[in-house]
Amino acid sequence: MCTVCGCGSLSVEGEKTHDHDHPHPHDHPHHDARHHHGHGHDHDHHHHTADHTHADDAGLIDFGAGAAGVHVAGLSQERILRIERDILGKNNDHAAMNRARFAKTRTFALNFVSSPGSGKTSLLVRAIGDLGARFPIAVIEGDQQTSNDAARIRSAGAPAVQINTGKGCHLDAHMVAHGLDALKLEPGGLLFIENVGNLVCPAAFDLGEAHKVVVLSTTEGEDKPLKYPEMFAVSDLMLINKADLLPHLDFDVSQCIAHALKVNPDLQALVVSAKTGEGLPAFYAWIEARAARWARANAPAAVAE
Amino acid sequence: MHELALTESLVELIETESRSRGFSRVRVVRLELGALGGVDGEAMRFCFEAVAKGTLVEGAALDILVTPGEGWCLDCAKTVEMFDRFGACPECGSYHVQVAEGDDLRLKELEVE
Repeated sequence: MCTVCGCGSLSVEGEKTHDHDHPHPHDHPHHDARHHHGHGHDHDHHHHTADHTHADDAGLIDFGAGAAGVHVAGLSQERILRIERDILGKNNDHAAMNRARFAKTRTFALNFVSSPGSGKTSLLVRAIGDLGARFPIAVIEGDQQTSNDAARIRSAGAPAVQINTGKGCHLDAHMVAHGLDALKLEPGGLLFIENVGNLVCPAAFDLGEAHKVVVLSTTEGEDKPLKYPEMFAVSDLMLINKADLLPHLDFDVSQCIAHALKVNPDLQALVVSAKTGEGLPAFYAWIEARAARWARANAPAAVAE
Repeated sequence: MHELALTESLVELIETESRSRGFSRVRVVRLELGALGGVDGEAMRFCFEAVAKGTLVEGAALDILVTPGEGWCLDCAKTVEMFDRFGACPECGSYHVQVAEGDDLRLKELEVE
């Protein structure tokens, strides 16, 4: 971005996913009140450090009230800067760009979230086998370390990219954008994003997906939707996995669903087993129905607007 | 939750602003933290000190303004105060409450030099 006036600091940076300062000739004058940048943040052109003066800055009423963007009686403009930016704004910018990418390739993207060990990868491996003939499927795997999961997905027959977050506890939209660079998305396909096993943090990070799918296994407590409500609140579908173990456990399915509905009345729930295949046809029907609805909503005409 | 990642985003955001607005030191960072947002102010303070080290916000005061939670109760058909994101309506006890206010996390203002 331009370090003199900051034009392009947000939208352009996001669009090209670059975080560096690149030199570019900056010869357009900021003396014109009609001059607009197309990005939506307070944009002051108050160049205190620049070696030129803006004699007609006073005419720039478009840009609000100087550096601070706000008038506070008794306080100078230079001292307080009003920012009003969402801390997650940058992630959301990247998510919007991922979403635009998905619309372009007509890719229906699902973000799978759960605690570690709920069986997300096994579910995906099974789904690739069962749905592979109907949809081209690609997978982005998020883990702190190792590429074991991506290897499992590849041996199931789908292209997969592993993202290691290192110390990170979640995938963010910027990481997913990098994953997409390394992945060829077939038009009209499915993208499964397997998030880092963590029932807390991934809830706050939009990756650009169509839906979050939360996986809860029967070996966990049925009160997890109450203990980790955020995740269940932002998901559209809950899969209760490892149904084959139900006869051996005290897990109360209806209680679990009741808890989940308390935090999210719109959440849909399915009981499945990645091991036996029980319940999976319903999950596949959900995918097909939602993918079709998503495709209608993101038809090229709608996108063009 | 992820206060460390959020604090890093915050410092990154301030660094971006410093380039566009031309300041080199920050004295006060003012945040607006929704009471229902699931972000812990104290944890954020803790991370802030560590993340700020070596940046232009090192030594800056972190001023956190907690905004109260508000929801729309579908059953009462009115705005009610909320203390818990997934809590019941304090007036009728139903869970048909939609969070309307108090789940955001914003960088409001900076005092700079």
